[in-house]
Amino acid sequence: MAKHNLDARGLLCPMPVIRAQNAIADLPQGDVLEVVCTDPGAAHDIPAWCRVHGHSILEIKQKKDELVVIIEVGEANA
Amino acid sequence: MTQQHKAVALVSGGLDSMLAVKVIQEQGIHVEGINFFTGFCVEGHTHAIRKKDRVKPKRNNALWVAEQLGIKLHIIDVIEEYKDILLNPKYGYGANLNPCLDCKKFMVHKAVEWIQKKGFDFIITGEVMGQRPMSQRKDTMPVVAKESGADDLLLRPLCAKLLPETKPEREGWIKRENMYDFSGRSRKPQMALAQKFGFTDYAQPAGGCCFLTDASYSAKLTDLWKARGDRNYELDDVMLLKVGRHIRPAENFKLIIGREEGENNFLSGYKKQFINMHTVSHRGPLLLVDGTPEKKDLELAAQILARYSQGRDADEVTIEMTDQGGVTTSMVVKPIAMESIPEKWHV
Ligand code: SF4
Repeated sequence: MAKHNLDARGLLCPMPVIRAQNAIADLPQGDVLEVVCTDPGAAHDIPAWCRVHGHSILEIKQKKDELVVIIEVGEANA
Repeated sequence: MTQQHKAVALVSGGLDSMLAVKVIQEQGIHVEGINFFTGFCVEGHTHAIRKKDRVKPKRNNALWVAEQLGIKLHIIDVIEEYKDILLNPKYGYGANLNPCLDCKKFMVHKAVEWIQKKGFDFIITGEVMGQRPMSQRKDTMPVVAKESGADDLLLRPLCAKLLPETKPEREGWIKRENMYDFSGRSRKPQMALAQKFGFTDYAQPAGGCCFLTDASYSAKLTDLWKARGDRNYELDDVMLLKVGRHIRPAENFKLIIGREEGENNFLSGYKKQFINMHTVSHRGPLLLVDGTPEKKDLELAAQILARYSQGRDADEVTIEMTDQGGVTTSMVVKPIAMESIPEKWHV
C-alpha cells in the first residue's frame, strides 16, 4: 500500500476532480491518494466522485486556505 | 446467461440525460456516464460563484445525477481539443458563440473513442428532437451520428422512435417500443417521465449546457479576442469571463470588478496573475486589471473601483494596488462620477 500526493492548488472545479480521477486510474486498490486543493467546491465534488466509483474518503482536512482530501482507492481498481 | 451489454451516456447534469440513462438501465443495460469539461460549462463550479445563483446546495450536477442513477461518471478534460471546435466550427455558430453542431459531433466522437477503448457497445444521449435549434433537428441529428463516426451505435432513447433504427435495437439489446418519441421545446413529457421515475430536485438549466449560448458571455469573449487581436484563449481567460463586472475603458486594458462576496473570493484566486486593487478606507470589491495598462490607466481604474465601493459618495477613497510581483502601493482617489463611465465601456 503506497501513498501518493497530488497538488491541485489553484485549480478550479472540476479540474481537481479530473486530476484526482486521472491519478487514481493508475493506482491499485488500497493505495492512498492525498489531494491538496484550494477550491472549496472540491470538498463536495471529490467525495461525490469517490462515492460513484467506490473509493473511500479517509479524511478531509480544512486548513486556512487549503483543503486536503485523503482517498483510499477502492475495489474498482483491484 | 446472455452477456450484459454496456452503454456510455453523455451526462450533462440536466434532466434529459438523466432520463435517457434511466430508460436504458431499465432494459438491463450497464450504463456509465461521461461528462466533458470544455472550460465553458455552466456545471462544474460547485462554489457557484454568485450567491444569488446558490439557491440549491452546492453540487456538481453531473456527479449528482450519476449518484442518483448509481452509475460511474468519468469527467474528461477537453479544454485544449475544444479550442479548434470553437474557433473553426464547420457548421458555424448558433444564436451566440455556441458551435452546437460541431460540439455535439466532437463529443460523440470522443465517446466513440471511449467505447472502443473500454469495450462498451453503444452510446446514448438525452437529446430530444427539435429541442435545440441547431444540433437537435431532424436533419442535423443524423449528421452528428454520421460525422462523429458513431453511426448506428448512437442511440437517443428520448426520441428514438422518431429516428432510424440503431444497432442496439436491431440486435435486440434494447426494445424500440420501450423508448420515446419526444419532440419540440415543451418540457412536459420529460417532466412526466421524471415523475414516473420518481426524480425530483433535478437541475433544469435554462438555455443550454454552456456559457457559449449566453449573449452577454459571448460579447465578453468577442471583446477579449478583439482587444488581443487573436482568438486564442487559455482556461483562465474563459473562467474569468464568467464572473464580475467587465469594464473596458480602452483597447489596452480591461477591469474586472467583483459584484459580491462570492465573486470577490473567486477573483482573489487570480491576484498573483493580475495587477489587483482593493479599497482600504471603505468596504469594497476586488478589482483585477487585465492587459497592459499605463500609469494613467491605473489611476482611472482606482477611481472606478472607488465608485463601486461604499465610499462612492466620499471625497477621498484609499486604494491599495498590488502588482504581479507582489509590490503594493497606496493611492488616494476621488470616486469617478457614474456619468463618466460610458455605457460602451461595459463589456
Ligand atoms: S450548448 Fe455548449 S456544450 Fe451544449 S452543445 Fe452547444 S456548444 Fe456544446
